[in-house]
Amino acid sequence: MAITVKDVNHLAKLADLALGQGTASGDSTASGESEAEAMAKHLDTIVGYVQQLSEVDTTGVEPVANVAGLVNVTRADVPGRILDRTQVLANAARHSDSAILVEKVVDR
Amino acid sequence: MSGKTKPALVIAASVNAGASARTAVEQSLVRAESDTLNAIIRVHRARALAAADAVDARVRAGERLPLAGVPIALKDNLCLTGAEVGCCSRILTGFISPYTATAVERLERAGAVVVATTNMDEFAMGSSNETSCHGPVRNPRDPSRIPGGSSGGSAASVAAGIVPIALGSDTGGSIRQPASLCGAVGMKPSYGAVSRFGLIAFGSSLDQIGPFATSTADAAAALAVMAGQDANDSTSSPRTWSGLTDLGEAATALRGVRVGVIEEHLAGLTPGVRARLDAAKSALTAAGATLVPVSLPHERHSVAVYYVIATGEASSNLARFDGLRFGPRVDQPKSLHDLYARNRATGFGPEVRRRILLGTYVLSTGYYDAYYKKAQQVRNLICQDYTTAFAACDVILGPVSPTTAFKAGEKLSDPLQMYLSDIFTIAANLAGVPAISVPFGTDEQGLPVGLQLQTAINQDARLLKIAAGLEALAR
Repeated sequence: MAITVKDVNHLAKLADLALGQGTASGDSTASGESEAEAMAKHLDTIVGYVQQLSEVDTTGVEPVANVAGLVNVTRADVPGRILDRTQVLANAARHSDSAILVEKVVDR
Repeated sequence: MSGKTKPALVIAASVNAGASARTAVEQSLVRAESDTLNAIIRVHRARALAAADAVDARVRAGERLPLAGVPIALKDNLCLTGAEVGCCSRILTGFISPYTATAVERLERAGAVVVATTNMDEFAMGSSNETSCHGPVRNPRDPSRIPGGSSGGSAASVAAGIVPIALGSDTGGSIRQPASLCGAVGMKPSYGAVSRFGLIAFGSSLDQIGPFATSTADAAAALAVMAGQDANDSTSSPRTWSGLTDLGEAATALRGVRVGVIEEHLAGLTPGVRARLDAAKSALTAAGATLVPVSLPHERHSVAVYYVIATGEASSNLARFDGLRFGPRVDQPKSLHDLYARNRATGFGPEVRRRILLGTYVLSTGYYDAYYKKAQQVRNLICQDYTTAFAACDVILGPVSPTTAFKAGEKLSDPLQMYLSDIFTIAANLAGVPAISVPFGTDEQGLPVGLQLQTAINQDARLLKIAAGLEALAR
């Protein structure tokens, strides 16, 4: 089951990631192929390698998410330390005194 | 470079006895400012000198601090109030952290002084420190070679003697592999031992902060300060971590210890690494340890499991980087998707983009059961393998990396080959067990070889004690 350029473009859309615009240093895109083409090849190789997991018999084996054995860690719902508004705003590319400003992306 | 650093515990003892923390920190700052390896990407001169003066004042007031005046460096994924932190990625250009990571805060409270930020693979994704937006780091033993990754700058800065202690993070070997390749001690503690609050997340179920040092005693001193539950990280362990600095007598530390060795680890090792592993086995036996053959039958699948789980977690964790609340933002978006997609495309480098797409693939509808759930099940089998192995032995000895430091550029164009260089380190992250790389001589080219010791989860104190014993045998 090969990963195609079409698959890569779909994944890029799901991941909110444009392809072919970033710098391609360290990638084989320097050879003239598009980033999507190079990415399809790389992902296909890696997913092909990962297929080895299908050989492992996991019948009745529980999936593990936390290895420390902690379950549902809760705490009292009390107000705690929060960041100062000016500190938060300071990191945004554009902001007013009270809000992060973003570009207009809808027409009405 | 103006000499090399003294060990952390030597500096702390002399500062506690009245020597100036400012002097120790000033010397380290000068070394950091004259770094030629690209290991250091930021020097915090003013902040460090003010902190050193505060340590001097505390000591004059009668306090005795475990890390008094010890200069430390931080990997660029650890938050420090008022300082730039960027994961060596363009997407965080200009980001100033509004808070300090818990691990760092604890070190500062114990008298340590942050002097610099170190280079790393972008978002800790890499094994050679060649994916940083600040350019590659050079290995202090041979500048034509890579230092390992992803915490390559921290490993190199300790191995080069710029600082006695540096922090890294280890998701699949990112502390142990560069420690091995540069000739430093590097430890990944048990999962949950050190709070991850203020560590920019990569793979949350795998990430752990840990120390680089020039000795196990210094590494233990740093871990003892950092370890312990933190209300800001619900995955931090509620247990108490006693005895971490109680390394005992190295000469007797190994007597009666059952050292597990794994036959399958020998295949694929370069002769130089193999020779050091064999030498360690002989030396351990002579020191009174018993070698026990053990096996981790599912370890061979660890790289496959890792590249499903780590990329799945990363694709989710890195969704927050959209260019709106922090980082640079592109102009004139055509739509909301276009705004996100172009911010992320220009902000993330190729390896990060590759892993986000892979993680998106394994988590997507129709593939989740075949990849993500399957990988979590095999992860359970790897955990069970460790439980079985540690019923028969106290510690597992093995290689950290199949090779010594390779040449810059050698594996960069072949992601799978790069991923396979972590074959011996990943299983410890999957099972959460503590693991340490201890320098054990060099190969025939004079390049450092580190050996890995692993114990059962939460046995960090025992691991350090055995590591100190192995370290003594290397001398």
